Amino acid sequence: MIEAIDATGLVKRFGQVPALDGLDLHVATGEVHGFLGPNGAGKTTTIRILLGLMRHNGGTVSLLGGNPWTEATTLHRRLAYVPGDVTLWPALTGGEVIDLLGRLRGGLNARRKAELLERFQLDPRKKGRTYSKGNRQKVALIAALSSDVELLILDEPTSGLDPLMEEVFREVIAEEKRRGDRTVLLSSHILAEVEALCDRLTIIREGRTVETGTLADLRHLTRTTIQAELAGPPDGLATLTGVHDFQLDQHRVRFDVDTDALEPALQKLVQVGVHSLVSQPPSLEELFLRQYQQADR
Amino acid sequence: MTGTGKLIRLILRRDRVVLPLWAVLLGLIPAAYVASFEELFPTEAERVTYAQVSESNAGFVTLYGPLHGSSLGELVAWRAGFLPVLVALCALLTVIRHTRADEEAGRTELIGAAAIGRHAPLAAAFITTCAASLLLGGVLTAAMLGQGMPAEGSMAFGAEMASTGCAFAGVGAITAQLTSSARSARSIAIVALGVAFVLRVGGDVSALGNGALSWLSWLSPIGWVQHLFPYGVNNWWPAGLTLLFTVVAAIAAAVLLARRDFGAGLLPARLGPASASFGSPFALAWRLHRGLLLGWTIGFTLLGLIFGGVGGSVVDLASDNEGLGDIFARLGGSTALVDSYFAGTAGIVGLIAACYAVQATLRLRDEEQAGHAEAVLTTAVSRYTWAGTNLFFALLGPAVVLTAEGLATGLAYPQGDLGAILAGTLVQLPAVWVLAALAVLAFGLIPRLSGVAWAAPALCLLILLVGQTLQLDQWFLDLSPFTHVPHLPGGDASATPLITLTVIAAALTATGLAALHRRNIPD
Repeated sequence: MIEAIDATGLVKRFGQVPALDGLDLHVATGEVHGFLGPNGAGKTTTIRILLGLMRHNGGTVSLLGGNPWTEATTLHRRLAYVPGDVTLWPALTGGEVIDLLGRLRGGLNARRKAELLERFQLDPRKKGRTYSKGNRQKVALIAALSSDVELLILDEPTSGLDPLMEEVFREVIAEEKRRGDRTVLLSSHILAEVEALCDRLTIIREGRTVETGTLADLRHLTRTTIQAELAGPPDGLATLTGVHDFQLDQHRVRFDVDTDALEPALQKLVQVGVHSLVSQPPSLEELFLRQYQQADR
Repeated sequence: MTGTGKLIRLILRRDRVVLPLWAVLLGLIPAAYVASFEELFPTEAERVTYAQVSESNAGFVTLYGPLHGSSLGELVAWRAGFLPVLVALCALLTVIRHTRADEEAGRTELIGAAAIGRHAPLAAAFITTCAASLLLGGVLTAAMLGQGMPAEGSMAFGAEMASTGCAFAGVGAITAQLTSSARSARSIAIVALGVAFVLRVGGDVSALGNGALSWLSWLSPIGWVQHLFPYGVNNWWPAGLTLLFTVVAAIAAAVLLARRDFGAGLLPARLGPASASFGSPFALAWRLHRGLLLGWTIGFTLLGLIFGGVGGSVVDLASDNEGLGDIFARLGGSTALVDSYFAGTAGIVGLIAACYAVQATLRLRDEEQAGHAEAVLTTAVSRYTWAGTNLFFALLGPAVVLTAEGLATGLAYPQGDLGAILAGTLVQLPAVWVLAALAVLAFGLIPRLSGVAWAAPALCLLILLVGQTLQLDQWFLDLSPFTHVPHLPGGDASATPLITLTVIAAALTATGLAALHRRNIPD
């Protein structure tokens, strides 16, 4: 099966400044793919290249089996895009913008539009200039979701929505996922959202892909935090490969351990004798923080 | 008003290039006229003859206002008669840029949450603009004194420009309160300036003839300041009247500001249709351009009615004034005089239409910067279709407004030849297209600097205003496409320059669109 998005070694420079530096992004048809990275990592630039708004300087990219730059117009009939910062024409109403964008894409499902207006509680009669950020985002979301397209590209679609509307968004995407006929690329900072919706995800930093895989794969990369009270000194534990941030306070130890090194580390503890043990499972938050923070180093 | 001082410093920091540029450059222009007039008309007798011809030439009076005297200073001050319009334009744009434009962009909200008074942003913008206008007046006075001109006249001349700037800073301050968009505020303020100019023209040209409508000038701040007559009677009270107008306008703006909500205009927002009756790129472009087209059509129709209406005065003048009979006879009699008047106004109208064309073309850049282009171009609309549908209105809109102006002129001057007058207006179109095409080129090649497209109409205006007076080289005059347009009615109707200009415009547009097709959006 052709991948919906297939980008390898993508390079993009703005003048001398590199924005993307060998980025890989592979999204299988029919999956919901999370696209994460700290601010300025190159998520929006990648999306703009996928949309044929910008031309890449190196690497290869194909979108729905076509060239996003040369075949932009025909490919755009098959996708819908929600930008991170939605701006509307000040004099057009929300309803007019939804219809307009839908028709420019080649068609709009009127029943679906009515249903989504209801669920997102949007008044389509207001002028663009009077909507708040969240309501502008709803306009773009409804326009995208009520188009009959194969691919949805959503750039931080919930960043202005209230928690209630975020929930609605999650339900709607989950329904799309169950129907299984759409591919979704979801750029997001909201971990719960990613965890709830995405089959696979890609984390990028400074224009490069640093992790990609299923959530289970990535969890595997995370560390478990162990706190234990021991019968004696844990010889050789601190230097064991895969043990990090080791702290010893008399007979209490606290350390992080890579999933691969969990078994040898526990064996060491058992050898000494364990009075009490607390183990914190790996969290996605920790993974993201670790990946994001390395950007500062 | 708390924090006004800090905001003034912020404005000075943001405008540290632009503000001194217009205040100093516009202030220096008249001094350049002094040397050129001395060279062109070295003797008293030559100046008197020139003044006699000029003061009764309706085309000149339209552009520069009334002339009452033949001294070097009076000629220079009169010839600088278009300057108040430029000063007014700079002043109102500066005020709106630092009030409504900031508010619309959300920057005022950021500042308003600090220890800043409600009226402080308006006060800071208004005070800074008035100070810049005073600087302009000071520069002008100093430059004229430096040319050895009389002191009182130089001060009156400076006061003329300074008070104009202040008055239109007030106009800008009011219009900034009316609507929630800076673009509408600018449009309303520029229309107000246009009305002031047209009233001034109507009154002054009428005064040349039977004078029945000469009171029109007194409805316009532009008319007031042109009655200072520096180096002549040095009439100071119109400057006082203008300053009074400024104070009233400033108070009105402050009252309007206090009565409205932050971010809102005075005109209430209404609900619109829940679904669209349109859904094509062309229909979208029509929605975006129709307001502009309607506004300019109304403006051009009024302009045409006034230009046509004063045509009668030009004929009266030719038949009444026996002293100038010889000169008119040599110029070809009253028909030739009327023809040259209409050909002259057609040139002005063409240049104004070019401003509309550039403005409409740069809507593409506005759409790109606002993120709207991204929304359209990620649907099944190609870049060519998107740009083409917008350019359809940018290029044909001027044709509509020029036709409206020509028809209105012809109808308001029934004794003339409607076809010839209309032809004189419509031949401007290829020159208008060249300036629009330069804007397309800038938008395609150097999008971040697309604003330089305004340099082209500015240069054409400069050539129109000072080209002949300063006896600049022909190659420089030839830079303006309007130099090449046939002078109709009356002149040679040659198709060659029109075809050449159209081909140049087409080539520039094609180059600009090709560049657009290759570049990043947004850039």
